[in-house]
Amino acid sequence: MSDNLIEVRNLVKHFEVSNSFFSGKKNVVKAVDGISFNIKPGESLGLVGQSGCGKTTTARSLCLLDPKTSGSVNFFNPEKQLMESIDNIDDDSLKIFRRNIQMIFQDPYESLNPRWTIKDIIKEPLDIHNIGNLAEREHTIVEILRTVGLTPPENYLNRYPHEISGGQRQRVSIARTLVMKPKFVICDEPTSMLDVSIRISIMDLMLNLAKELDVSYLYITHDLAVARYMCNRIAVMFNGKIVEIAETEELLQNPIHPYTKRLISSIPIPDPQFVRERYEINFEGLDKIVRDNPNEQMVDIGNNHFVATHETKEYLIES
Amino acid sequence: MFSIQGLEEDNMSVVLDVKNLSMHYETLAGNVSAVKDISFSINSGESFGLVGESGCGKTSVAMTLLQLQPENSVITEGSIKLEGKELVGLSEDELRKVRWDSISIVFQGAMNAWNPVIKIGEQIREALREHYPDNSKQTNIQKIQELFKMVGLDDTVADRYPHELSGGMKQRAVIALALSCDPKIIIADEPTTALDVVIQDQILNEIKKVQELLGLSLIYISHDIAVIAEMTDKIAVMYAGSIVEMGPTKKIFENPVHSYTRALLDSTPSIRGEKKKLKSLDGEPPSLINKIDGCSFAPRCPDKETRCNPNEHMRLVEIATDHFVDICSQGKE
Repeated sequence: MSDNLIEVRNLVKHFEVSNSFFSGKKNVVKAVDGISFNIKPGESLGLVGQSGCGKTTTARSLCLLDPKTSGSVNFFNPEKQLMESIDNIDDDSLKIFRRNIQMIFQDPYESLNPRWTIKDIIKEPLDIHNIGNLAEREHTIVEILRTVGLTPPENYLNRYPHEISGGQRQRVSIARTLVMKPKFVICDEPTSMLDVSIRISIMDLMLNLAKELDVSYLYITHDLAVARYMCNRIAVMFNGKIVEIAETEELLQNPIHPYTKRLISSIPIPDPQFVRERYEINFEGLDKIVRDNPNEQMVDIGNNHFVATHETKEYLIES
Repeated sequence: MFSIQGLEEDNMSVVLDVKNLSMHYETLAGNVSAVKDISFSINSGESFGLVGESGCGKTSVAMTLLQLQPENSVITEGSIKLEGKELVGLSEDELRKVRWDSISIVFQGAMNAWNPVIKIGEQIREALREHYPDNSKQTNIQKIQELFKMVGLDDTVADRYPHELSGGMKQRAVIALALSCDPKIIIADEPTTALDVVIQDQILNEIKKVQELLGLSLIYISHDIAVIAEMTDKIAVMYAGSIVEMGPTKKIFENPVHSYTRALLDSTPSIRGEKKKLKSLDGEPPSLINKIDGCSFAPRCPDKETRCNPNEHMRLVEIATDHFVDICSQGKE
C-alpha cells in the first residue's frame, strides 16, 4: 500500500477558446499541462507561481469542480483503506471523496452566501452528507466555531456574513471546510485578501488545525514568504507545468531552475539593510523552451529535490 | 539609495511640510476622525512611507494632501505647505493647478480606472492638454513617448485600448500618466496590490528608477512592511488616524519602539534568515467615531501591563535624532 494521501500523475487541463464569435476555429489554452505530485498525510504542499500559471485550475480539477482533460488522480479512501482513482468513481466512493477533500477560497467576501446565517452556511455540508441528527449538528456547529476561534459561538450563529469582518468570514470558511473532518484541504490564497495583522492569525489557525486534525493542505499562493511559513514542500509552477519541487528550506536555499530563482529574487525582504539582487530571465525564451519540450521529465537531484530538465541556461540574460 | 543623511540634510530643501493636520468625515452616526494631528515633512528626492492596516487613515492622508476627499470631509486644522505655499484653504481653481503639476497620485487600483473606450495615449494627452494648453499635439505625443520609455513601455501602447494591456502594463501606463506634468511629488497608494510578485517587483523597480532619474519625492502608502522597507528612506507608522512612530526606515526596523510597530514587524513573514514564529495581533482597530482617551492602541497592546503607559494622551516625542514615537511607549512615570 502506498503511503500517499493523494497522487497526481500527468494532470492535464486544456480549455478550448474560439478565436472569434463567427469563426469555428478553436484555440487550445493549456492551463495545466502534465503535472505530477504526491501529498502525504499531514503534509502541506505549497503551489506557487505567477497569476495565470494554472495554480487555481489545478486545484479545481483536483477536487472535481472542473473535469480534467487527462491524467490520473488517486486518493486514499479511508473507508476502504486503499488508493482509488477519481475516474469512473462509484457514488459511494464519490461521497467519501467529496467529504475528505474540501476547498477554502480566496475571497471571503464572495464565497459565503449573503442570505444565509453563519449557522446555515456551516450546517449545509452536514445536511448534504447527512451527518448526525439535528441536535448533533447544532452541537457540531458550536464546537467548530469554537475551534476556529469564533467565541462565544452563540454570538455568531444567527449573524449574516455582512455583519462580521473579513478575518471572521475567513474563519467561517475554514469552519465550513473543517466541519466535514476532511483529510485534504485545498486553500486558494486564503489570506491574500486579509490585512497583515489578521493574516498571521488565520495562518496560525490553519497550522494548528492541521496538527490537531491531521489535515493535509495544498496551499496555493504567489507569495513565497507565506508558502515558507505554511508548507513543508513547495512546487513552483510556470505556464501550466511544475518546474521545480523540493522541501521548503531546500528550495529557498538551493533553487536550481531559473524561474524559481527569479521568483525568489522578486520577494521583498522586510529589512532595509538588505539590498536585494534581481535575477533577470527572458520570460519569452523560457516560455518557448517549456512549450517546445512537452514531455520533459523531472530529475531528482537528491534531497527530495526535483527539477525540470530542459536546458534553460542559454536563455538567461546576462545582467 | 536615496537617503542622504547627516550634514547634507541641512542643504536639502523641504518640499512638503505638513503640520498638525486633522480631518474628519461627517456621517449620520457622528464625526469619524480619520486624520488626527499629523505632522511630517518630506525633502526633495526623499521617499516617505506610510504604513498601517486597512482603515488606519493612510489613504485619507493622501486624499487630504491633494484635497480630493469626499464632500462630507472637513479639514479642521493644520497646514499643508508645498514649497512654502499653503494649500489648505485654496479655491478649487487654484487647487487644480497644484494637482498633477506639483503633486500627482497613483491611486489604489488605478490601473482599472482607465476609460475602456479611449486609447491610452489619448487619455494621457487629455491631462497634458489641460495643464499645458499651448503645447502642440506633436509635442504632447513626443512627451508621451518619453514617458513610456521611462516606465519601460513600448510606443505602440499609446494607440492601444486598456483591455489590450496586461495588469502590469496598465500600471506602468498609470505611472506614466502620474509623471506627465513633471510633478515634484508622487503619491503612490498601494500601487502593487492585485499584482503578482514578479510584476510587483518590476513596478517597484520602475518607480525607484524614475524617482532617482527625476529626483522626485515619493509618498509610498502600503500595508506591506517588506515593500516599505525596500522603497523608503523614512516611514511613519499609522494607527487609528494618528502617527504612532516616525523616523528613518533603517532606524525603525533596527529599533522599533512603539508596540504597534513591533507587532507589525513581528507579523511579517520573510524568505530570508531563520524561520521564526510570527506573532499575530488580535482584535480590531477602534472605531474612529468615538473619542479615544489615552493610547488608541491600548486595547490590543501586548505591552500595556508591562512597559507602556496606556493612559498618556497621544503625543509624539523625539527619542533619538529624527526618531519620533508616541509618548505611551515611554513607560509608566
